[in-house]
Amino acid sequence: MNKIVFSALLVSLLAACSSQEVKEQPKAPVESRVPSAADTGAQTSGAQTQGVAVNPLKDPNNILSKRSVYYDFDKYDVKDEFKPMVDAHAKYLGKNTSANVAVQGNCDERGSREYNVALGHKRAESVRKMMNVLGVGDKQIETVSFGEEKPRAECHDESCWKENRRSDIVYQGE
Amino acid sequence: MKFLRYMLLSLLVLPGAGYAALTIEIVGSGANQIPVSILPFVAENSLPQSMTSVVAADLQRSGLFKLIDASAVKTIPAEPGEVSYPEWRGRGAEAIVIGAVAARPDGKLDVRFRLLDVVKQTQLAGFSYTVAPAQLRLTAHKIADVVYEKLTGDVGVFSTKIAYVVKSGKRFELQVSDADGYGAQTVLASNEPLISPAWSPDGSHLAYVSFEKQKPIVYVQSLLNGSRKAVSQFKGNNSAPAWSPDGSKLAVALTKDGNTQIYTINADGSGVKRLTHSSGIDTEPSYAPDGKSIVFTSDRGGSPQIYRIPADGGDVTRLTFDGSYNVTPRYSPDSKSFVFVQRVNGASFNIAVQDMATWQVQLLTDTRKDESPTFAPNGKMILYATEIGGRGVLAAVSSDGRVKQRLTTQAGDVREPAWGPLLKNQ
Repeated sequence: MNKIVFSALLVSLLAACSSQEVKEQPKAPVESRVPSAADTGAQTSGAQTQGVAVNPLKDPNNILSKRSVYYDFDKYDVKDEFKPMVDAHAKYLGKNTSANVAVQGNCDERGSREYNVALGHKRAESVRKMMNVLGVGDKQIETVSFGEEKPRAECHDESCWKENRRSDIVYQGE
Repeated sequence: MKFLRYMLLSLLVLPGAGYAALTIEIVGSGANQIPVSILPFVAENSLPQSMTSVVAADLQRSGLFKLIDASAVKTIPAEPGEVSYPEWRGRGAEAIVIGAVAARPDGKLDVRFRLLDVVKQTQLAGFSYTVAPAQLRLTAHKIADVVYEKLTGDVGVFSTKIAYVVKSGKRFELQVSDADGYGAQTVLASNEPLISPAWSPDGSHLAYVSFEKQKPIVYVQSLLNGSRKAVSQFKGNNSAPAWSPDGSKLAVALTKDGNTQIYTINADGSGVKRLTHSSGIDTEPSYAPDGKSIVFTSDRGGSPQIYRIPADGGDVTRLTFDGSYNVTPRYSPDSKSFVFVQRVNGASFNIAVQDMATWQVQLLTDTRKDESPTFAPNGKMILYATEIGGRGVLAAVSSDGRVKQRLTTQAGDVREPAWGPLLKNQ
């Protein structure tokens, strides 16, 4: 049952995307273009074909494909360098009101596991609160924490620890 | 089906004979070791499992005894009258254990033993048991408990159990074994993390936190039949379960109202009541043995420290002031101290105890990434998780810091230990 709901959501997201791409130009400093037939130089007639359009959430040239905020040790505030990305997701959610995200907070392995569950939650919350300010309601955002339990990088020094001090924005259906 | 995301097995695996899930080595010993000898029991070599080797290993592992070798004994005394006390005094023993096993027609075994004072030439203790063969290891642990109690004055914990989590790749198993690492049973297997196991005071249930639904949820599972219930699955995080000493409630850390705060719920999950009110993180509750207060971790003062609050709410008292990171407090069974984790020099995480009356702190470990301390129910040993050579292992240290043990699994990382209670009638 849930699989059907998710698939329907994904299809509706894609449908929403393909009509969005042509109009929307992201304002982020990162250059992001949604490739269309016109870019390749080939002349085609008619508008963007359905189903061929790239999902901006997955397009590596689109800031929306970036999903992670990284944090300093023991910190949970969103640093300036990540604000444009959070802003872009907030705008996307504003335009796609049926889209939902889970913000997953994570910590590096140092210290108490339970304290890290709480710290991971603060990290996820910091992203949610920023999105609230940008107009996204809590109906579209859930915050969860994995603490230190689901590290992306498993070595035992700062090269891995900094990868794990992280919030991830995950869209429902992904 | 969503449940493809995780595997849930409640395996009650029969304990294998002689298989240790955890191997325990001692790396330090007590100050004045009591010299004792465990003589082979009469007819013991007819058993599939030597009982005296289990008794000797228990006492050896405690670090408080010097085991005097009895293997060269020519004739095994069955009764005190057959004991040559001068011979044992000559070997340096202060006490010896003698005993015998006999098979019964109904398939059970009669086991009897006596603990004898070599110097005074008197009996300190003697018991007999009628047991099924499957209970021989447990009976040996009970004998070790008697020896320990008579010679040290403290209650023995050799017949208790421990719970812990083993991670192998992406698989997590919550296991329960004997305190010496034998007889491990998997009570839950999952493809998602498991943390914070907590024993109910009567030893019949384990509470734990599972991420199987992609967020932390508290479950209570019966160890008798494997059935379980999600007792706390509010919006946001649900974690850090701690049982009240009468088994009727759990204190938990929830984010349902915003930030992580401590609440109490009935053990069946009903009746949630908020306990702490701060704008920071309050977590890791632990009840005092009399049930009247709770120690917990809070960063309400700007850094994670340990605080105490009356169990029904009220004024909060800060307890730790050394350094900027003191977490994971657990009351000692005698209420006189609490064990916790302290970050030392900004870099290593060590186990420490603080005296409730004097507030004096003693650092107990020199391993560097210590976490999750749990007291033995006699308060004499602290089991905790650490990392050695990149692997997660358990370690134990005596509450005075002198005796140290290391517990390793064959494969995988072991973490999140919880020492089970003393059981009144076994």
